[in-house]
Amino acid sequence: MDPNRKDLLGIQDLSKDEIEEILKTAESMEEILKRPIKIAPTLRGITVANLFLEPSTRTLNSFVLAEKRLSADTINISASSSSVLKGETLLDTAKNIEAMEVDMIVVRHSAPGTPHFLADRLKASIINAGDGCHEHPTQALLDLMTIKKKFSTFKNLQVAVIGDIKHSRVSRSLFSGLNKMGAKVTVCAPPTLLPLWLEPFEVDFQYSLEKTLPGKNILYILRIQKERQEESFFPSLREYVKNYALTYEKLEKFASPDVVIMHPGPINRGIEIESRIADSKYSLILDQVTSGVAVRMSILYLLSKRKLDGLKN
Amino acid sequence: MKIKFKEKRILMDKKEIKRTIERLSTEIIVDNPDIESLCIIGIRKRGDILAKRLFKILEKRTPWEIKVGVMDITLYRDDLTIYGPKPIIGSTDFPCPIDGKEVLLVDDVFYTGRTVRSALDEIMDYGRPISVRLAVMVNRGGRELPISPDYTGISVELKDKEEVQVLFEEIDGEESVKIVEVKRGSK
Repeated sequence: MDPNRKDLLGIQDLSKDEIEEILKTAESMEEILKRPIKIAPTLRGITVANLFLEPSTRTLNSFVLAEKRLSADTINISASSSSVLKGETLLDTAKNIEAMEVDMIVVRHSAPGTPHFLADRLKASIINAGDGCHEHPTQALLDLMTIKKKFSTFKNLQVAVIGDIKHSRVSRSLFSGLNKMGAKVTVCAPPTLLPLWLEPFEVDFQYSLEKTLPGKNILYILRIQKERQEESFFPSLREYVKNYALTYEKLEKFASPDVVIMHPGPINRGIEIESRIADSKYSLILDQVTSGVAVRMSILYLLSKRKLDGLKN
Repeated sequence: MKIKFKEKRILMDKKEIKRTIERLSTEIIVDNPDIESLCIIGIRKRGDILAKRLFKILEKRTPWEIKVGVMDITLYRDDLTIYGPKPIIGSTDFPCPIDGKEVLLVDDVFYTGRTVRSALDEIMDYGRPISVRLAVMVNRGGRELPISPDYTGISVELKDKEEVQVLFEEIDGEESVKIVEVKRGSK
């Protein structure tokens, strides 16, 4: 990791070496999670604030657990329980948190660029836990870790990303990460859900699910993000399900038998993915969640800056 | 900043290292007439190798049930300082539950005692051994904590700017213990 790196804002600014370092460290962190006493004193004395201004169960709790496993002190701030409701600006809220001697702030916000905005203005390390439709770097890193554990390499892996790409911050981070690590990416969605920002990435396009499935190692399914869709992108949900939902039947018919299914969650059973696939032998969905804690421990460790001057060695 | 080492003198060659490890094994056997099992844990990286060598000898010479494991104490260090590159973390792999076991901790060089302090903390997170002993190849003096080795290969006193290097064939390609002078260049 670049020793001058203060924040983790997106996969786009990470080098391949940095990604590899994060994943390698995460593997060692995973070992702590298997111990009888699941805690190491590494971040003792470091305070982390989790500023989640958008709903989250997986990411927030995963961060909280990662912080506790490394002995950091944590505080959680959500929109509904904070002075944001009384009209305080985001910057004021963040500055007030920093004034309480907080070392790191994990931030989730619906506006793209929020972590960057805070990173420029605060001394604390900022970790992006999802900013609008922009990036979700820790999710992409935990996906990469899950893939690495399953396939041990990224080279020549065929990954299909299927679903609401346009509104997915996960996919932007994931494409960036997969491109850097050398995997081959195909996206599959209705044309209306394929955004212009895909241009700089090396991805193949496909509009037909049947044609996408053969020969892939990984099918990465995305949720239809109704909360972010201000207009209609397809005639009806029923039509989307008919054409793009991954069903067991299609999976067995078109995909290779050793394919794995990934999904960043939350899953909408019966919409983008047939319910029983999520619980099948193909699914790595819960492995992704497990990797999440280890990856976040790794990031917290690598970004932590301890104020211990004047020690020898 | 680049650090250069100038070799000053050799403390042990291959033969002497072998003999020293044999002697350490004997001391461990003599010192522990009543035990039935032993869990040897080497501290990464070179303590790990020393642990494996002790294991091979003790396995032949005793009826004990012996297991050998490795630990990485990076996460327990007290000097993960600011703005430096972070040390890479290796894995810790204990061979068996250590509750109620005799543990022998092994490292190459004993200096301040801080590494051993970290290792003890980590061991306590895994369980409650009956006892923990410490075996080292070189005790170079300069401890900062009330911790000292139970079994020592060789003790040396060092002058200013001198350091001890323990080199093992497995990772260094040569087998020796030597004193080097540290030269810190500006580039």
